[in-house]
Amino acid sequence: MTDTMRSHGAPARGPSAAAAAVTTGSANILMRLTDPPMRAVQRLIGAARMPYVFLLPNLVFFGLFVFLPIGINIVFSVTGGTGLFPAERPYVGSEHYARLLDCGSYLEAASCREDLFWRGVGNTLTFTVFQMVAMVLFSLVTALVLNRPIRGRGFFRAVYFFPVLLSPVVVALIWKWILQRDGLLNAVLTTAGGEKILFFVDPGWAMFWSVFVSVWAHMGFYTLILLAGLQAIPRDVYEAAEMDGTRPWRVFHRITLPLLWPNLLVVLVLVLIRSVQVFDEVFVLTGGGPGTATMMVVQYIYTTAFANQVQNFGLAGAASVLLGAVLFVLTLIQLFLTRRRAS
Amino acid sequence: MTGKLRHLLLARRGGASWHWTDVASYAYLALGVLLMFGPVAWLALSSFKTPAALLEFPPSLLPMAQSEVSVPGYPQPLPLFRVTMEDGSVRELAQVRRVGIVAQMVDPKEPAQTIRVPADRRTPVRHMALAVENYTDPLTQFDFLRFLRNSLVVTVVATVITLIINSMAAYALSVYEFRGKSVAMLGVIGTLMIPITIVLAPVYLVVTKLGFVDSLWAVILPGAATPTGVFLLRQYMLTIPRDLIEAARMDKASEWRIYARIVMPLSMPALAVLAIFSVMWRWNEFLWPLAVLTKTEVHTLPIALNAFQGELQTQWHYLLAMTVVTLLPVALVFAFLQRFITSGIANTGMK
Repeated sequence: MTDTMRSHGAPARGPSAAAAAVTTGSANILMRLTDPPMRAVQRLIGAARMPYVFLLPNLVFFGLFVFLPIGINIVFSVTGGTGLFPAERPYVGSEHYARLLDCGSYLEAASCREDLFWRGVGNTLTFTVFQMVAMVLFSLVTALVLNRPIRGRGFFRAVYFFPVLLSPVVVALIWKWILQRDGLLNAVLTTAGGEKILFFVDPGWAMFWSVFVSVWAHMGFYTLILLAGLQAIPRDVYEAAEMDGTRPWRVFHRITLPLLWPNLLVVLVLVLIRSVQVFDEVFVLTGGGPGTATMMVVQYIYTTAFANQVQNFGLAGAASVLLGAVLFVLTLIQLFLTRRRAS
Repeated sequence: MTGKLRHLLLARRGGASWHWTDVASYAYLALGVLLMFGPVAWLALSSFKTPAALLEFPPSLLPMAQSEVSVPGYPQPLPLFRVTMEDGSVRELAQVRRVGIVAQMVDPKEPAQTIRVPADRRTPVRHMALAVENYTDPLTQFDFLRFLRNSLVVTVVATVITLIINSMAAYALSVYEFRGKSVAMLGVIGTLMIPITIVLAPVYLVVTKLGFVDSLWAVILPGAATPTGVFLLRQYMLTIPRDLIEAARMDKASEWRIYARIVMPLSMPALAVLAIFSVMWRWNEFLWPLAVLTKTEVHTLPIALNAFQGELQTQWHYLLAMTVVTLLPVALVFAFLQRFITSGIANTGMK
């Protein structure tokens, strides 16, 4: 048993061995408690039907908290009123969708009936564009640097990675403390002879820091994926290029980039999917402000459904369905790309 | 000796000499260390400052407090200043009061005689002081322990449920061939596309119907079945040799026994990765708890922190300390399991 485990869990023996030791005792007791009833079930329905029993709990959860809600969401989006239960809600047809999409001009949020939604869409688009460029650029550069023969690579990799594990609330509070009016950054600015900047009063700065803080918090994750891709490129390709005296930029352009491209694509799509749903960090950092300058689509949905005086589940549902359609397409692209990378 | 040290610090792998790109790489990494660690270090240092020290601008690097002395004849301890006298000498005096630009000072050694000095001639005498009460006060004054406990309960219970039901599903999808298997697989993939962000209100409805509103179950249950977890475990279970399972069937082991006694122990590495992921997800979860936990008693740490930063605008000293406490468990997990987590993510491309 131990031999098979070892050959299996070679990359992660330490913690798993410890966990195994701890769980063995309780597993014995659990086994004695659960085996007789499960054995009875098997005798009753036959071994061939056992996989359904194993699937059941997970599928019940998926059904209750994912598939059923999608249906309810669609019902919400075509019914009105303030009730939570579908039976209390009158049918209104496409009214919510019409309200969301009713715009004088789609380029001008103020011309829309539901201008907050379009402001959210606009802000999310701005955020997504800047975030994608910054995230891919910084994680690529960091992965390239970490892939060089440097001392202490493990340490540096950890340094870039650790914010990924932090709670978004913690991340936002750390930066809020630095960026506030009398914070560290303004202290540095005034010491250097500059003026204090009220970062959360200026719409441009608020958006800049929203992007910056998100990149700070998540770039380690994408760096890791890209680094794994870089390390999978065979050494001899580079050695051959070196023998031919190929220039470094050409090596990057002609060898590294094409071979890394599948990973880079996956990173691009993942960043895109996460950016479109951005909420946590930005919400705690700026509260969507100043005004509505950093209010994102998800914040609009959350506010419309939960935080407003009148809870409008219908409108929030319609906005969710629209966002869901966008995410659906993006995820299909991601799955297609991941599958291609795997094969 | 210095030669050896130089060699140790400057030698490159492979013995090649330094190139400007090496210098640039290390400069980039050094900047990275400053940018990534700096903010967290600043948070930790700030969390030990007194409210008065937090209001200082520009802020001092280390938590400092003004020294005080008790002087006979004065009921309260007096703040200590270093004063440059008119003759150019420097004395340490205690301040009795300040009126406009003039301060009334007293020498602690000669308490009878007060000295008047211009206020701009004094600088406070300071020493390092850790305001531990930033950490202890929230424990006694607010329900901080309750939030901590809520977060712990959610994290532990949810992770256990996730491990059990995800591994059962992964077992079914990796070991058996059965009718509807591809439909089940599609269903699991489908849930990847529906993050909780877009089903907030309907899940709220389901949770209300089940009677879980304002209980921790409302946070624990909806995220318990994860497509990521099923995939991760299934991928791993597929590599378990079929012979082992067949041999167990020969010995008349039940299917449940094969799952619990053979497949589960062999999947420990994958289970550990999922456990760590799940702990991270649950400890940090924000949007859904924010929507569903309206009563303060059931707040988890992130929700409580968010509420505090809204209410206690001025009480940064408590907020910073509580942020550090929220960060600490994650930092510890990371310190011990760093390699494990990073290789898990690099292998699966998920988080």
